[in-house]
Formats: sequence, C-alpha cells, structure tokens
Amino acid sequence: MIPELGHYALVLALVLALIQSTAPVIGARTRDAALMNVAGSTALAQFGFVAIAFGALTACYVTSDFSVANVFENSHSQMPLVYKFTSVWGNHEGSMLLWVLILAFFGALVALFGNNLPATLKANVLAVQSWIATAFYLFILFTSNPFLRLPDAPFEGRDLNPILQDIGLAVHPPMLYLGYVGFSIAFSFAIAALIEGRIDAAWARWVRPWTLLAWMCLTLGIAMGSYWAYYELGWGGWWFWDPVENASLMPWLAGTALLHSAVVMEKRNALKVWTLLLAILAFSLSLIGTFLVRSGVLTSVHTFASDPTRGVFILMILVLFIGGGLALYAWRAPLLKQGGLFAPISREGALVFNNLFLTTACATVFIGTLYPLALEALTDEKISVGAPFFNLTFGPLFLPLLVAMPFGPLLAWKRGDILGVAQRLIAACALAAVGIAIVFIAVGEGSVLAPFGIGLALFVIAGALTDLSERTGMFRLPFATVRQRASGLPRSAWGTAVAHFGLGVTLLGVVCESNWNEERIVALKPTQTVSIRGYDLGFDGVIPRQGPNFREQIARFTVKRNGEMIGVMEPSKRTFPSRSTSTTEAALLTRGASQIYLSLGDSNADGSIAVRLYHKPLVLLIWLGAVVMVLGGALSLSDRRLRVGAPKPAAKFAAQPAE
Amino acid sequence: MTLWFVLALMTAAAMFAVLWPLGRRNAAPAGSDVAVYRDQLDEIERDRAGGLIADVEAEAARVEVSRRLLAAAVAAQTAPEPAPSSVWRRRAAAIAALVLLPVGAAFIYLVLGSPWLPGEPHAARLQTPLQNQSIQGLVSQVEAHIERNPEDGRGWEVLAPVYMRLGRYDDAVKARRKSLELNGSNAERESDLAEALVAAANGVVTADAKAAFERALTLDAKDTKSRFYIGVAAEQDGRREEAASIWRTMLVSAPPDALWAATVREALTRVTSSGPSAADVAAAADMPPQQRAEMVRGMVAGLAARLAQDGADIEGWLRLVRAYMVLGERDKAQAAVVQARRALARDPEKLRRIDGLVKELGI
Repeated sequence: MIPELGHYALVLALVLALIQSTAPVIGARTRDAALMNVAGSTALAQFGFVAIAFGALTACYVTSDFSVANVFENSHSQMPLVYKFTSVWGNHEGSMLLWVLILAFFGALVALFGNNLPATLKANVLAVQSWIATAFYLFILFTSNPFLRLPDAPFEGRDLNPILQDIGLAVHPPMLYLGYVGFSIAFSFAIAALIEGRIDAAWARWVRPWTLLAWMCLTLGIAMGSYWAYYELGWGGWWFWDPVENASLMPWLAGTALLHSAVVMEKRNALKVWTLLLAILAFSLSLIGTFLVRSGVLTSVHTFASDPTRGVFILMILVLFIGGGLALYAWRAPLLKQGGLFAPISREGALVFNNLFLTTACATVFIGTLYPLALEALTDEKISVGAPFFNLTFGPLFLPLLVAMPFGPLLAWKRGDILGVAQRLIAACALAAVGIAIVFIAVGEGSVLAPFGIGLALFVIAGALTDLSERTGMFRLPFATVRQRASGLPRSAWGTAVAHFGLGVTLLGVVCESNWNEERIVALKPTQTVSIRGYDLGFDGVIPRQGPNFREQIARFTVKRNGEMIGVMEPSKRTFPSRSTSTTEAALLTRGASQIYLSLGDSNADGSIAVRLYHKPLVLLIWLGAVVMVLGGALSLSDRRLRVGAPKPAAKFAAQPAE
Repeated sequence: MTLWFVLALMTAAAMFAVLWPLGRRNAAPAGSDVAVYRDQLDEIERDRAGGLIADVEAEAARVEVSRRLLAAAVAAQTAPEPAPSSVWRRRAAAIAALVLLPVGAAFIYLVLGSPWLPGEPHAARLQTPLQNQSIQGLVSQVEAHIERNPEDGRGWEVLAPVYMRLGRYDDAVKARRKSLELNGSNAERESDLAEALVAAANGVVTADAKAAFERALTLDAKDTKSRFYIGVAAEQDGRREEAASIWRTMLVSAPPDALWAATVREALTRVTSSGPSAADVAAAADMPPQQRAEMVRGMVAGLAARLAQDGADIEGWLRLVRAYMVLGERDKAQAAVVQARRALARDPEKLRRIDGLVKELGI
C-alpha cells in the first residue's frame, strides 16, 4: 500500500501544481484576493504531498520493499540502515524526487514567511515556482517514475553503486540540490518582477535571503562533493575540472555575483536589470548543472541512467525555462525603470568589478565545459578540455578579483577613496610580503608563483581582518568603545568579513596542496617501511574482514615519526558481490591541517601490494575555508535589517594612520 | 479497500487546499515596499545613535530613502484598489478543484499506478511462516548467509539439492563443487556433483560427469547413483546391452526395500523393450498416412488413459508429452505436463526429468 500512497501523492502534487500555476496569475492580473490566496494554501499542500511521496519512497527503501522497481535496482536488504536512507537519492528517479521535494519546500517557505511581500508579487512568485514544479512532476511521473512496481517482487535487490555507499551521499546531494533549487526562488522572483513590470530596492531585500541560503547550501554541497571525491576516488585529487564539477561551479559563480549585485540594488537602487539577469542565469545554470549530469551527456559516477526520452524531455524543460526566462527578460526588461548612476571608485563600483570578473570566470567555465560537447555533437571530434585550459583562463580571471577583494568592503558607498583604503591595507600588504619572503627562503626552489599565491592568500585573509578592525575601531579606540561598536556592527558586515576570510583560507589550502604535495608510489611487502616527509609507515600485513554487504582486504600500516608511533592507517579494498565491483577506501591521517593519504593499488604476484602515498600540506584548509564562507553567509542571513548606503567622508579615515 | 479510503482522504485534503482560500473574501496580510523603506529609515536612526555613521551621512541617507518612500507611497495610493473577488471566477476555481482535480488525479494515477499490488517489505516476507514462504525466499536467506560466510561448506551442501529441485542446475553444479572443495571428497559428493552436471547438460552424461561418477566408484564401488548413471552413459552411447547388464547386476544385489530399484527396473525395461513392438511398427509403416495417424492417436489416448489411472510412471508421461508435441497438439502437451507435475509432485527426481523435457521441447 505504501508505495501506491506515495505514487498517488505525487500525482496529487502535480494536479495541485497545475492549479497553482494558473489561478494566482489570473488573480494577480485581476487583483482578485481570493484567487491570489489559492497560491499559499496550494503551495503548502503541494509540499505536504511531495513530502508524503518522498516519505513513502524512503519507507520502501528502509523496509527493502523490492516490489518497487527503483528499490530493487538500488538497494540491498543487508545494507546498513544509513545507506538505505541515502540510497533513496542515490539514483536518478529518487534524486529527482528529492529535487522536487526541495522545490516544494522552498515554495512552502515563501507561502509561510512571505507575508511581508506585496500580495501580487507573492502570488506571481508562487505561480512561477509552480510552473517549474509542474514540469518536474511531469518529468518524474512520465519518464523517471520511482514508484513503478514489479508484479513478482524479487527477494533481493541489486545493491547501491558501491562508490555511493558512503556517508558523503548523505550530505553532498541534498546540500547541492538545496543550493540549485534555492536559486529557483530568485528565478521566480525575477520572472514575477518581469511579469509585473515593476522592480525596486525592496525587491532585492526580499530576494537576498533566499539567494544567500541557496548560496550557502551550494558552497557546502560543492565542498562536500570535493572532499568526497578526494577520499573516495583514491587519486588524492580534490578538484579535477571535470564537467560534472564545473556544472556545480557555474551556478555558484553566478550565484556569488547575484549575491553581490543584490547588495548594490538593495542599498543604492542601481544595477536592477543586471541583477534580474543574474537571477535568471543562476537558476538556468543550476538547471543545466542538474541536467548535464542527469541526462547522460556526461558519463561519470553521477550518471545514474541515460535514456533518450529523458534526454528529450530534459531538453524541453531547459528550452522552456532558460529560453522562456531570457525571452521574457529581453521583452520586459527595457520597460523597467533604470536605477541611478554611480562613480567607479566606490563600494558599488567595487561590486560591479566583482560581478564583471565573476561572470567572465563563469563564462570561461561554461565554454570549457560545453564546447567539447558541442564540438562532439556537431563534428564527431572528441577533444578534452582539462585543467590546463582552466588554469590559464580561470586563474588569471580570479587573480584581480582576489587582489581587489579586500578593497571592496573598505570603500565607501557613492564615492570612495582608493588611496585611503590602500593606506589602511598597508598592514595586510606587509603581512603578505613577509609571507612571500619566508616562503621563498624556506622553499628555495620550485614554482615562483607559489610564494606569491601564499602572499595573495595572506593578503585576502588580512584584508578581511582589516575590514573588521577598521569598522570596530580596534587598536585606536578604547576597548569599551570597540566592544560597543563590534556589537553594534551589523551581522551582514561580520558575514562579509568572515566569508572573505574563508575564501583566503581556501586559497591558502589550494596553493599549499598544489605546490608542495608529495607523492610516492611503491610496492610493499609486509614488514617493509616507506617514508614520506619524516613519517615512516610500516606495513604490518593484510587482514580480511566481512562487512554487511561486502568483503574487504584491509592493509594495516603503523605510522611513526622519529620512532614514535602516532597512529594506524587502514586503507582497504572492498568487494561487493551483489554488483561484483570493488572500491578502494583510502586511509587518511590528519596532522593539524595537513594529511597523509594512503590508498591501495593492485596486489602483485610476489605478495607485495602497490601503495599510493601522499603527504598533503594544509589540504584541510580548502574545505575548512568553504565552511568558514558558509558561516559568513549564515551570519549575514541572520541580519534581518536592511542596510542603507550612507556616504562616508573619506577624509575622516584618511587622516588616520594605518594600523 | 484501505488503500482506496486513504487515497480518497488525500484527494479530499487536496481539494480542501484549493477551496479553503476561495471561501475567505478578505485579502491575506501582505506587505508593501513602503514598509521596507520605513525599516530603512529606522535603521539609519539606530546606526546614528550607535555611532556607526556620522550625523551628516545619516542625514544624506535619510533624504535619499525618504525620496524613495514618498515615491512608493504615491504609487501605492494611485494603484487600483484590490477588486472585490468576482463570483464567477471563484466558481470557476471551485469547479476546477471539485471536478478537474479528482478526475485528473484519478486518471493519471490509474494510467501509471498499480493499486492492486500490495507492498512487500523484506522483514514481513521473512516472517511469514516457513510453510507459507516461497522456496525462493528460503533460498535467498541461505544465499545471504553463504554470501557472508562463503567458507561454510554445510551451507553449500544444504543449498545444492534445493537448486536441483528448482531447476537451477548451473547453480547446483557450483554449489556441489564448492561443497566438494570445502568438505572434502567422498563418493556421495562426487556422484552428487556428477548428477548436477548431468542435469545441467539436459540429461546427457557428459565426459565431466562420467569422470566424476567414476571417481565416486573408485571411492565406493557400491555407490548406487554412480552405477546407475554409468549405465545411462552406456545407453546414451548406444551400448544398450552393456547398460542393461549393469542395471541387471544392480537389481540382483538390490536389498528388498531399495527405493531406487523401481527406477532401475524402469530403465531396464526402456532399453530392453522400448516403444511399440516391432510388429506394430512394421504394420504402421504399411498403413496409409491417415490411418497411421489414427493408430498413433489411439495409442496416445490409451497411454493418457492409463496415466490418468496410475500417474507414477515417469517414462509414460515423458512419452505422452513427446507424442503430443509430435502430433502438433501443443495445448495437450502443456496440459499433460501440468498433470504429470501434479501426479509426480512427491518425487523431485522425476519432476526434474519432466522439467528437463519441458526445457528440451521448449513448451
């Protein structure tokens, strides 16, 4: 009964979505309050029914109900409970259900907490949200239905793809989807504004929290995915410029740009049309991201299934929403009232600079990802665009962005004083210079760029701290005043500084890991020892072990430093009989922010085993930085108040010495 | 029944979600941008009081926001008043909720759904009493156990005969081999393996199987199964006399209560006097085709009648099914297979032969 309940709930959600996509629009056009109100209650009911559907599918997975084809194909009765939960979205159908669940969830949030929105805007936003939902319900029900049944239920399932049998699956996809789908709200707001033909500073205030929430989830989702790839795939890499990764990076870049341009719109009532475009682009890129991965155009771990009817359906959805959104934009945007002008050297000028580089970076990633696909489709020629392309294009684009980043928050609105700001950043520059010098002396040889990378990272970090110290008057005002100013400082200012600090931390990790990563590949026999950067790893031998639905061969290593034992590492190879596949489980030993990474290769005939060993200095900073960025976002999100751009006389600060 | 009841409840809830707001005439609380600008003004005041911005800046900002506030307030006043909700529009929406929603949902669901299929959670299926549980279920439980403990020789030994009975001969061969490997070789295991090999080869005693039977006989010269199958091998090689002599020796030394004696006797009858008598065949050869078919039909009908009385004769059943297929009466052949299975239900060995024939003829 349970699977059928879920199936019917999903059908009801579709029918409700159809009503929700029409009635409120008519209501908003005719200013009919009753019809507009339909949007709120149907959005809540829709979420309720999708939740029932998702709950039903989850129940089928947890109870291993193999009469449901989707459960049979992706689960196994012996799987640990947590993977029974996660395998709900560890497959195409289930992941699309998760997608609409989140979509409906955001719709319900707008319905619940959108009481401060003008009635027509709320009705239109929910209706647009429902257009998206309708397309997805149709897609799920008719091409990727997770509730299809098997008349003779098999007794055992085919098991989840072993690579996905990991705790990473519990976090990475839901976070990523929260991010992707979160941008749908920004999209709906943009389309609603275009329909109404009216957009003002208040609009940005309503959109910003949703964008921020989506951005935080996406940041966390990407970071989590990167860490997962790092420890699960066994190559020790954390970013491959793989099209699937790029697919998630593009909406992140566009979303980051949107976040910043919305600030300008909110404070200065400018960049309105541009912000609308970014909102449409961010969600369009999310859709492309979801579907590049799902349609089977790209083959990877993420491709659960490819099927031509799905591909066509997906293409239709893409054309409808991206094409439709942009067409509406082209038609209606010129009718919107433009905002004010502003000076190039000012906070808003800095934010435009940010937008310029972020969107260009996004465009390079877009080209690098899609050009090979387009070329292959048109000429059958296969080319591969990899790290070299992105390092040469994306890197140089991010460089000015990072250099300019500490300047932005220190510049005043309306008109800033770049010399004054530069003076205040002298301490940060000095720190960066010291960092560069130390690295040059310590390393001596190797890449010339590496010390400068470290310097840049230190500059960004110190710049974020300078911003805070300037705002609170640290080092120049009495402590009590500083504390008072710190507590009076808006949370969004804290959020900016913390997020920028986080980016610096990530950069530090990236530079260290990519320049001073040490790798060793050896074949070891039991009792032999291998050393890397002063760590001695003694191979004790291989122990077989039986897991719940796999068998594994664990290689045991004792790690010593200067003869003192500091830990045990147990990399293993797992064999999953139900899919007759095996996975490599790397072992990680964390020392501070650095890690020793150990992964097993093939066993040789002479009893030795190939071992891949890495020492990765400060590698954890890459993800730690992302977490800090998310914390910054959370701080900013908790700031409910709207900040207004007030011009700050530059002289006031310029007169003060830089601390 | 419960299912339909719950589905109806869900539909009612969905309809309610659409109808409820239609019943409320007054507008839901809504904000406007005027409120946002007021917030901004308050905030400037807070910042000024907190010393975050100077008085001059605060004043400039206040002027700017006030200008926007004024514009917003004017826009709000000149905007058309929310029109009183028109009755026919609400009726249209209500009709959509009352008619289109349930009809649409039911239609889509009936096209896609399978309301007649019950859910089958794994745990519940494991708990069904043993006798009600499908063999399939029991097998998969043992298989799960074996998967975790692949070195458990007893498990493989338990599984093998079940595979034989289910007609999964290749799996049976694998299980028998595993059992041999883990439990060590003896006559019984060797001959069991050989028997599985024979079954997997559709009843043909292959060279592999024969070698295994011979190994069994070197371990235990009295092993009945191996001796019998060595006879079958001889028969299949066309050495009928040799087969007959092997079986005769077996029957001579058979203990009086031996269950296998009947099978051996049957086989012996088969090689010594197979089919209709030579005279019958000769007579049939001279008949016109019509009459000959008639005679065959008569014989088949006789056989069918005899088997209806006494169903234990496996050879008879096999012959009957073959005869029907030769006569092109596929339906009857299928019916005969069903009857045979019913009659021989207690004898896995014979059932297996029926299965073999079914596979061979592709019924």
